[in-house]
Amino acid sequence: MIRQHLPALQVILPLLAAPTCLLLRRAGLAWLFATVVGFATFAIAILLLRQVLSQGDIAYAMGGWSAPWGIQYYVDPVSALVLLIVSGISAVVLPYAARSVAQEIPSERRCVFYTLFLLCLAGMLGIAITGDAFNLFVFLEISSLSSYALISMGQDRRALTSSYQYLIMGTIGATFILIGVGLLYVMTGTLNMQDLAQRLPAVATTRTIHTAFAFLVVGLSLKLALFPLHLWLPNAYTFAPSVVTTFLAATATKVALYALLRFVFTIFGAEYAFNTMPLGPTLLLLALLGLFVASAVAIFQENIKRILAYSSVAQIGYMILGISFATVTGVSAGILHLFNHALMKGALFMAVGAIFLRTGSMQLQHLAGIGRRMPWTMAAVVIGGLSLIGVPLTVGFISKWYLIQAALERGWWPVAVLVLIGSLLALVYVWRILEAAYFDAPAKPDAHIKEAPLSLLIPTWALVLANIYFGIDTSLTVGVARQAAGLLLGVQP
Amino acid sequence: MWMTELPAFVPFFIGALLAALTRGWLRAVLMLAVPVAGGLHLLSVDGYVQLEWQLLGYTLTPYRVDRLSLLFGYLFHIAAFIAIVFSLHVRDSLQHVAAMIYAGSALGAVFAGDLLTLFVFWELLALSSVMLIWARRTSRATGAGMRYLIIQVLSGVLLLAGALLHLRTSGSLAFDYIGLQGAAAWLIFLAFGIKCAFPLLHNWLTDAYPEATPTGTVFLSAFTTKVAVYALARAFPGTEILVYIGAIMTCFPIFYAVIENDLRRVLAYSMINQIGFMVCGIGIGTALAVNGAVAHAFNDVLFKGLLFMSMGAVLHLTGRMNGSDLGGLYKSMPITTTFCIVGAASISAFPLFSGFVSKSMVMSAALLEDYPGVWLMLLFASAGVFHHAGIKIPFFAFFAHDSGIRVTEPPRNMLIAMGIAAVLCVLIGCYPTLLYQLLPFGVDYTPYDSTHVLAQLQLLFFSALAFAWLKLSGLYPPELHSTNLDAEWLYRRVLPQSWHRLIAVLRPIDTFVRRSTHRRVSKFISGMFRHHGPHGVLARTWPTGSMVLWVAMLLAVYVLFHYLK
Repeated sequence: MIRQHLPALQVILPLLAAPTCLLLRRAGLAWLFATVVGFATFAIAILLLRQVLSQGDIAYAMGGWSAPWGIQYYVDPVSALVLLIVSGISAVVLPYAARSVAQEIPSERRCVFYTLFLLCLAGMLGIAITGDAFNLFVFLEISSLSSYALISMGQDRRALTSSYQYLIMGTIGATFILIGVGLLYVMTGTLNMQDLAQRLPAVATTRTIHTAFAFLVVGLSLKLALFPLHLWLPNAYTFAPSVVTTFLAATATKVALYALLRFVFTIFGAEYAFNTMPLGPTLLLLALLGLFVASAVAIFQENIKRILAYSSVAQIGYMILGISFATVTGVSAGILHLFNHALMKGALFMAVGAIFLRTGSMQLQHLAGIGRRMPWTMAAVVIGGLSLIGVPLTVGFISKWYLIQAALERGWWPVAVLVLIGSLLALVYVWRILEAAYFDAPAKPDAHIKEAPLSLLIPTWALVLANIYFGIDTSLTVGVARQAAGLLLGVQP
Repeated sequence: MWMTELPAFVPFFIGALLAALTRGWLRAVLMLAVPVAGGLHLLSVDGYVQLEWQLLGYTLTPYRVDRLSLLFGYLFHIAAFIAIVFSLHVRDSLQHVAAMIYAGSALGAVFAGDLLTLFVFWELLALSSVMLIWARRTSRATGAGMRYLIIQVLSGVLLLAGALLHLRTSGSLAFDYIGLQGAAAWLIFLAFGIKCAFPLLHNWLTDAYPEATPTGTVFLSAFTTKVAVYALARAFPGTEILVYIGAIMTCFPIFYAVIENDLRRVLAYSMINQIGFMVCGIGIGTALAVNGAVAHAFNDVLFKGLLFMSMGAVLHLTGRMNGSDLGGLYKSMPITTTFCIVGAASISAFPLFSGFVSKSMVMSAALLEDYPGVWLMLLFASAGVFHHAGIKIPFFAFFAHDSGIRVTEPPRNMLIAMGIAAVLCVLIGCYPTLLYQLLPFGVDYTPYDSTHVLAQLQLLFFSALAFAWLKLSGLYPPELHSTNLDAEWLYRRVLPQSWHRLIAVLRPIDTFVRRSTHRRVSKFISGMFRHHGPHGVLARTWPTGSMVLWVAMLLAVYVLFHYLK
């Protein structure tokens, strides 16, 4: 009975839990409730993935209204993987939130915080699960609006302006998406994705559809912070509360990337997007530019969160690069990096949040000698950093390995070389953090800085270990990513 | 069942971890339990086991058991047990942990079913064993250890390069018969050759082993070179060049061993000589020859271990290792002397001692396969072994002129370890079938017939006579403090000197290039900083309006493209 309704529960549970959090009025209770809900959604996501892998795709008619008329939820390996990573990150971040939020957010706002967090989670899960183009826009707005509010809760007053800027840019992006979806609806009379995919070829050559494609791609590129539309991201990540940064860095851009995959491959089809429209070269160019410019910028930053934020922009470049190849290996490398990058950035931002909890600073110069005072936290940063660089036995290596394979498969060996050089840039900015933490003498040797509390260390290390585990046992991630890529490209892997 | 598939190195690595965490008798019990439990576990494995992993689309075989690897598996467990017993009195966590990892890596290497796994353990062998040298904590040991490490890692790098080339040409990483064809095979051959101490590649051994700790050398003598012998037997049996390499290896160290003063260095040279017999047997490649080679490897670990242990005991108690400083110790160390003589008798291949039952196999095979020249070289080498290892070691350490040193017998654990090795030497010598039934190929060979026994006894007696005559007539090279030049002179003297000369010429050019490069790089970085730095155009916070401009431009690109097309 419940099994049947798992797709609906996946979204409904956090969506209904959000207002309940507000009613609980006590921060501790709200946290406990949100954490339980977070774990429940994670469990549902695992069940859904297992069901999809064993029995094939799940189509769920919302409210019993069947497909073209009602809203359909559709779970295939791509969406199941995104559901897994989003709910998994929330399940790890929520236990971490208790201490971190208690320090960074005033007590009267904490219930609101958890409400917004759950809303944001519900929105992202909704984007990943829905099979309806307009419904996707609605969920995008739910997650975006709640994330603007979450970012604005940061302690630094610049959090407000950066949240405002994100709001303007996000709204433009959302509007573009809405315009795109509207144009599609005008031409085909349907909003269901599969239906759209069937009816589009008949009108594919019209100017309206070209315009719709352009609006959708640009809108989604804005949401996923593709260079040069990433300008909202560094400030938003830097000034948001630690928990929010972790959660958004690990999931928000990934979900937008998922939406791009859906629109480009499922609705428009690879043939249209890459042959009729110039998606391939554009994405390739922007991905490589983003990779290098953002990495170079990260090298010179003085704020550790900002380093990681720019590094995120660079890493998005890797994902987009994989997709721009439009081959099964390339797209699966992109999806793989989507999953893997969530693990590494999640771990890194959590460790950095723990450092902030103890030192109250994010400036590199204030982190001098922190390696001896917070050995476990810094060890997490080291492993996360190695993963970011792409050292073997970490997930980063797996992503790059497949990405380079994809490049060589197409015979684009210069791209493969550029990917490797990009890894060297990552080495430089990770090294700057480690140098400050381990090799610089502390500015105030008598300062009492202790190791982070266990409630922060355990979730952080859970993700760190996941970085290593999925770096060694790749059967789940690579298997699902390949299957998903084959599905998106319409090729049987 | 999973138990049979538990790779043999795992208990040792766990043991290393536990040894790092415990102290005192608990550590002793744990460390002894590892080879015992591991050995019993290995006994329960019979037949062919293979464990496979998929990594990045390649099939790795981290654990593969067949008769050849099983023999070395038993051997390494016995050797590890004896060496651990021998080192129980040591209070040095570094040595214990390194020794456990070292023994585990050796097991990992012999049970490796693919070249990549082999490479990993190959490097682990190098990294863990160098700790046993550095643990001596003298400046000589530090230098020798560093040279040792460089050469060992070089061997690993060659192996990796060879393995990758091999993968490209044959499409397989499997560690099976390779044969000496193509660049990949030569790279791998060279890597094995370094670890096996081929002539001119052998100096790391005679350089580093005598510098290790008294107990560390016992471990070192057991594993590294035997892993290489195993690797050769696995990948290059029947390669003709090995016959000649092996024959040279048996002969040339004899001259060095005879004039060398440091008794452990004498043993190191004699080790190369013994490995020569194995390499030669592998090169001949018939069932009898390969059986002889691996059987000799088995025995060599035991008697060479026994000799290194007796010398280790002497070094432990007297702090001296030069033949010229020692002598007359039989009065205060009668038990150690006895054990040393058992080891010496075994290495000299006295009938009823273990060396006899395996060395004669290789020599018979050389005759059978029509290598009379090689047979003569081996014969000469056998006589030489008796000279430098069989007589010289016990004679100069325990007899000769009385040095006046008075010590006690070594600690009980050392005596027990030597006792076990000595008993095994005699046991195998008297009941060779115990060993023969473990050999990779079926054995139809009887060492104790009149030809073998008589020939060997004649050889030994005349050799002893020669020693006695040389000694009495004063012609035997006296034990002196001296530095004997070996091929390492090339890389320790000639190479550095020519390098310095070259550097003197290149320095001005180098300075110029450096300076101009440095200028260019700093210019580049400051340029990067101008654009990418915190206040650079690419990193500063942009006004919302200009962000929107980018959005519009990108949209225009997509829309316009259609019209341009």
